[in-house]
Amino acid sequence: MMNMSVNLAGVEFKNPVMTASGTFGSSAEYGEFYDLGCLGAVVTKGVANVPWPGNPVPRIAETKSGMLNAIGLQNPGIDVFIKRDLPLLKKYDTKIIVNVCGKTVEDYCEVVERLSDQPVDMLEINVSCPNVKEGGIAFGQKPDALEAITKEVKRHAKQPVIMKLSPNVTDITEMARAAEAGGADVLSLINTITGMKIDIHRRTFAIANKTGGMSGPAVKPVAVRMVYQVAHAVSLPIIGMGGIMNGDDAMEFILAGASAVSVGTANFANPFAAKETAEGIRAYMEKYQVEDIRDLIGAVE
Amino acid sequence: MKYRETAVILEQREISENIYSLWLHADDIVREARPGQFVSVYCQDESRLLPRPISICELDKESGRLRLVYRAAGAGTQEFSGYGPGDTLELVGPLGNGFPLDKGYEKPLLVGGGIGVPPMVELAKWLPGEKTVVSGYRNSDLFLKEELSRNAVLYVSTEDGSAGTKGNVLDAIRENHLETDAIFACGPSPMLRALKAYAAEQGIDCYLSLEERMACGIGACLACVCTSKDIDAHTNVKNKRICKDGPVFAAEEIEL
Ligand SMILES: Cc1cc2nc3c(=O)[nH]c(=O)nc-3n(C[C@H](O)[C@H](O)[C@H](O)COP(=O)(O)OP(=O)(O)OC[C@H]3O[C@@H](n4cnc5c(N)ncnc54)[C@H](O)[C@@H]3O)c2cc1C
Ligand SMILES: Cc1cc2nc3c(=O)[nH]c(=O)nc-3n(C[C@H](O)[C@H](O)[C@H](O)COP(=O)(O)O)c2cc1C
Ligand code: FES
Repeated sequence: MMNMSVNLAGVEFKNPVMTASGTFGSSAEYGEFYDLGCLGAVVTKGVANVPWPGNPVPRIAETKSGMLNAIGLQNPGIDVFIKRDLPLLKKYDTKIIVNVCGKTVEDYCEVVERLSDQPVDMLEINVSCPNVKEGGIAFGQKPDALEAITKEVKRHAKQPVIMKLSPNVTDITEMARAAEAGGADVLSLINTITGMKIDIHRRTFAIANKTGGMSGPAVKPVAVRMVYQVAHAVSLPIIGMGGIMNGDDAMEFILAGASAVSVGTANFANPFAAKETAEGIRAYMEKYQVEDIRDLIGAVE
Repeated sequence: MKYRETAVILEQREISENIYSLWLHADDIVREARPGQFVSVYCQDESRLLPRPISICELDKESGRLRLVYRAAGAGTQEFSGYGPGDTLELVGPLGNGFPLDKGYEKPLLVGGGIGVPPMVELAKWLPGEKTVVSGYRNSDLFLKEELSRNAVLYVSTEDGSAGTKGNVLDAIRENHLETDAIFACGPSPMLRALKAYAAEQGIDCYLSLEERMACGIGACLACVCTSKDIDAHTNVKNKRICKDGPVFAAEEIEL
């Protein structure tokens, strides 16, 4: 029997494939295309203590083999999330990871506390969104601030905590160590890379926010490199993401040291991308007669 | 129900300068689709990740055929324009809500501007009542004129005055003293804004089909929002998703 299940901080996932926060809506949207029970976990859009209206449009732009987004973490707030979105997610036979955003440490902790008695398997703390002016990213770019917020969140959290790292730093391993020192259970990376696109015909920015977060296959080599570096710097399990389009892409991250992977932008190019990524990993294991996915994690030293 | 379908191209023609008419075979999508909805069309060039939203121009429910009429605007639509019979395109659809059809209007006025003209063809087939279409064009190249005339009385405006009323669609409405109890429109934002104001002035209902940059096309990513007058039930803030809650909105629901 082939094993595809992985265990991260005591939570068992049937396979290592998750959805990347913000790309999968409240999941019901993709549930119209296939049974989400084939995924290891779904990761929700970032949710804050109160509703956030997000940024002005245009919020996205396509780039070669990638895209920029500046959604601005629009979300309905924790009350509506718990009352409406969470019960919908519970219908699927998959683990639930809630992505949490905020402007202050108190905001984050409030959301984390509200989720403590909810049917949520893990929390992913987004300290790395480049598209929101206040807070957010500041925690993700200064090691001291990251360690401090990780500690605070851990104090309030009942579920294991994933700290999501920003690639917009000089040394990703410094940030990974700070999160580990703060007590993080798992690390996820990468969030989007800050970019810009100019519309030369209209002579203006393609995105109203001027800058946006870059994602998609164009960022994958950067993401794989960072996962590799972090895997060698800390002993925490890693969820790798950034440009994964299929099983082969996912395998790069796993071989580089990720215990699980997330599929984001690919869902826009193909609504079945996350499902097909899980199938692709299985096909890879069959092809090379690998019994246990865990034997491949970090296999390329 | 939404489908991903590999649609086979039956026919493609350039019907006006840089404007293409594409007939595709797409059984599942056609079965479910209604006027005012759109489909996501995927590029074969993998460096273009995002789907191109294109409105449904015509449906043939019996043969499972779908017509799209689009302008070759950039790289993606240019790629589509290069395909011919037997080639395939990946589609997801039908998407969005479509125009309301059962409100019982007696004299609906369908208004299309530029590349907003195509969805009026199927709408004119489905909508009951005594229908008038006003189409705004740049010049006397009146694409889809015949199709529009089949199910409605057609008036046109042209920017250069070479056919119909010189000016825009509102000039044509005024010049021809067109009376109506509801407007259904698709076209550039300035046109939609003017129609919204006109409908408010006349005290009639008005439905507008909006456009915005899209990534997912199915309501998941929140890229394509428009500002709404009230707090939206889904987003819990004052905006709505054009791809999912629209693209058609009652004019008074939204800020333009
Ligand atoms: C609901 C809806 C229905 C539409 N129906 C039609 C139609 O029936 N016929 C038609 O010709 N056009 C239609 N459009 C516009 C059409 O989607 C764009 O012209 C097309 O996406 C341009 O793609 P491109 O690769 O050629 O251009 P590029 O400029 O290279 O595209 C780059 C990116 O920007 C997006 N984009 C560019 N222009 C637009 C636009 N106007 N609206 C939304 N996204 C855009 C593209 O989808 C792509 O992601 C519709 C748009 C929407 C939102
Ligand atoms: C439209 C969009 C919205 C996103 N929203 C969030 C978010 O709310 N929280 C978050 O932590 N990351 C968010 N991300 C980042 C993704 O989760 C992911 O880290 C990044 O896109 C890289 O993966 P990908 O290339 O597979 O998309 C968003 C990305 C996109 C494209
Ligand atoms: S395009 Fe993603 S929500 Fe509309």
